[in-house]
Amino acid sequence: MIDFGFALKQTRQENLDKVSLEKYHKLLELEPSFKRCFQCGNCSATCSARQFTDFSIRRVHTSFRRGEYDGLAQELRKCMLCGKCTLVCPRGVNLRSLIINMRQILDETEK
Amino acid sequence: MKIHAYPYNDFVIPFLIGTVLLFAIIIFKYVKWIRRFSDEQRKVIRSNWYSWKIFPAIWEMIREGLIHVRIIKKNLLLGIMHQAFALGWFLLIVVGAIESRDAFFTMQHEQSIEYVRELQQQNGWHVYNTGEDKNPEYLNQRRYRVETEGGIARIEYKRPFYVGIFYRYFVHKAPASFRQHKAYSDLMDALLLYVFLGLTMAMVKIFWSKILGMRRTTKHTLVDRFAKFSLWMIFPMRLLAESVTACLYGNGGFFTQAVGNLFDPMIVRGLETSVWMLYSLMLGVFFVTMPFTRYMHIFTELLLIYFRKIGVTEGDKKTGYTYFELNACSRCGVCISGCPMDKVLENHEIQSVYLIRSLRNQERVSRLKMIADNCLMCDRCTVDCPVGIDLSSLRRMTRDKGKLDTTGNYEYLAKKQTPFNAIGRVAYFGGCMSHLTPGITESMEKIFNAAGQKYWYMDKLRTICCGRPLQQQGFLKQAEELRQKNTEMIEKSGSTMLVTSCPICYQSFKKEYNLNIPIMHHTEYIDMLIKQGRLKVRHDDRKVSYHDPCELGRGCGIYDEPREVLGAVTNLQKTRFQREKSVCCGFNLGNTKLSLEEQTAIRNASLQNLTSKPVDAIVTACPMCKKAFQHATNDYPVRDIAEVVAENLIN
Repeated sequence: MIDFGFALKQTRQENLDKVSLEKYHKLLELEPSFKRCFQCGNCSATCSARQFTDFSIRRVHTSFRRGEYDGLAQELRKCMLCGKCTLVCPRGVNLRSLIINMRQILDETEK
Repeated sequence: MKIHAYPYNDFVIPFLIGTVLLFAIIIFKYVKWIRRFSDEQRKVIRSNWYSWKIFPAIWEMIREGLIHVRIIKKNLLLGIMHQAFALGWFLLIVVGAIESRDAFFTMQHEQSIEYVRELQQQNGWHVYNTGEDKNPEYLNQRRYRVETEGGIARIEYKRPFYVGIFYRYFVHKAPASFRQHKAYSDLMDALLLYVFLGLTMAMVKIFWSKILGMRRTTKHTLVDRFAKFSLWMIFPMRLLAESVTACLYGNGGFFTQAVGNLFDPMIVRGLETSVWMLYSLMLGVFFVTMPFTRYMHIFTELLLIYFRKIGVTEGDKKTGYTYFELNACSRCGVCISGCPMDKVLENHEIQSVYLIRSLRNQERVSRLKMIADNCLMCDRCTVDCPVGIDLSSLRRMTRDKGKLDTTGNYEYLAKKQTPFNAIGRVAYFGGCMSHLTPGITESMEKIFNAAGQKYWYMDKLRTICCGRPLQQQGFLKQAEELRQKNTEMIEKSGSTMLVTSCPICYQSFKKEYNLNIPIMHHTEYIDMLIKQGRLKVRHDDRKVSYHDPCELGRGCGIYDEPREVLGAVTNLQKTRFQREKSVCCGFNLGNTKLSLEEQTAIRNASLQNLTSKPVDAIVTACPMCKKAFQHATNDYPVRDIAEVVAENLIN
């Protein structure tokens, strides 16, 4: 059930000096079309997995862009790679390749 | 007493070494690969290796290994070139063997002591006496004199297997009663000319491949080029050797004798064994390089055809069969010409021929990955491959994601999976992509209703992907998990048939699932309904062109049903590239490496083919293709077959 009550959220302050964007830059190298993303959220809206569970590909790649990598690898496994997001993307971002590359980068740096 | 006559000269040694090494290496390799066959493949081989399936296998070996029917059908000249090398050389060997056998039979029959003497003196045969009174002193010598006791001696002619290859040298003068001699030598010359025809074409192909119907030829490695050179040199050397002998002894056919007459006997007399040595050397060099180069295909191809014909298929993992496939590739480059990546994007590195070479030579992983990932998996090369290698499976295998491929990812699907009672109904699976083209699913619902068929639109609210996109990218375990979910859902529902709108799902259900109900793509299903008379349609006067989706056409072999449906409701125009030759729309899910711009370029090429003649609409049978073309053009309406039929329903 969705709880509509009010709650105190933890503060999410980022220390921008400490954020490492190394992985993000690597991702851009592998999938340059990601630069074009303007985060419209079409990908999430059409997502097949999202119809079943709380999975938002937009949230995932936005976090990745910001350098917040916690839990993303686990989240990305929900993707079924059906490719609807790639097809609807108005900016021509190759999301399937993006997802595979994100998984690969996260996997490489996990160790 | 017996006289043994044995043809031998030192120049056969390179040939003998080459042959021994060739067969030793080949047998060693084959045994190694056969041991690597998976249990399933072993089972298939064990139960079928000696069944009636052997006959179609042998027939295909002759058809594709020698005559090259598949290439001839595609392109006559190219086919003749391949045929000249394969069939021409094969016949040279076979006819040579028969000729020498016949000649030896005649010699044996004649029992002429003068003839043996001549062979010994002129051709350097080894002739020696054996028998009850054999003299050990004679036996230890290299050469023996012919001695007869009052002319009663039985002459035994030995015929080592290499005689057929060097026949003209060993038999300068045919035995007196061997009348077919002239006919044989002419036939052998004709065959040699036939090979020369192929050789000439192959040389022309290097500089001007278009004349042989190839836009582009394979770029070979240095080792391959060296092997090719030694192969090409075999035949001129044979011609040289035979014509030198013909010049000296006049035993040539119409061609070798004509060439031989150009020489001066005084000059070439001392060169005879040297040119035969050159010929033998070329054979030896070629034989030794053969197992390590593309020419390994010569024997492997035949075995591959045999295994394929008795029912062995490629699995998900590398097996012995994979090695046979990799080595059966002759790198002929037929797969290059059709490839849309080559044609449109000028990418000359990723074609199947290079994938196979990369796998076989174990090239760098990064390069292999680059080649393996960048492919549309449109199967255009698979239908072209003259040997029938399962190219897409090889590529999929190479894409294996290893530890990225995890299990237990899709637990969340079960929560919203509601069981549905669909006993006696047709299950309709739209597929992910059809949700982006609601026109297709709505039309299908209309068609179901018009035919009075109760149906269950199983993924109306939410779709579980069929798993093929994951499978194509090498996530095998993840794909299997999705397949389990869908299978569970379909089996629980109790539906009688599965109809799907998306060819990607269709191929998946057909080939990767084990469902025990009939599976149909909607083109097949509509075709069935129309033929059964359950669907009344009218014929309109539009002209349309039909795009064969890769997964439906080349993937599943559905070419006729869509055409029959379209024939019933509208006027179908032929296009230049249709059926097996259709150009992928560029958006195939097999590729993740192409950028939107590159995909668009391929799509435009495909669209150009469809609109080369004036048409009123473009029709396809795949939501993916439809979406791709829709984005491209405002001049032509893009329709799915289901939509065209739904528009023409008579209520």
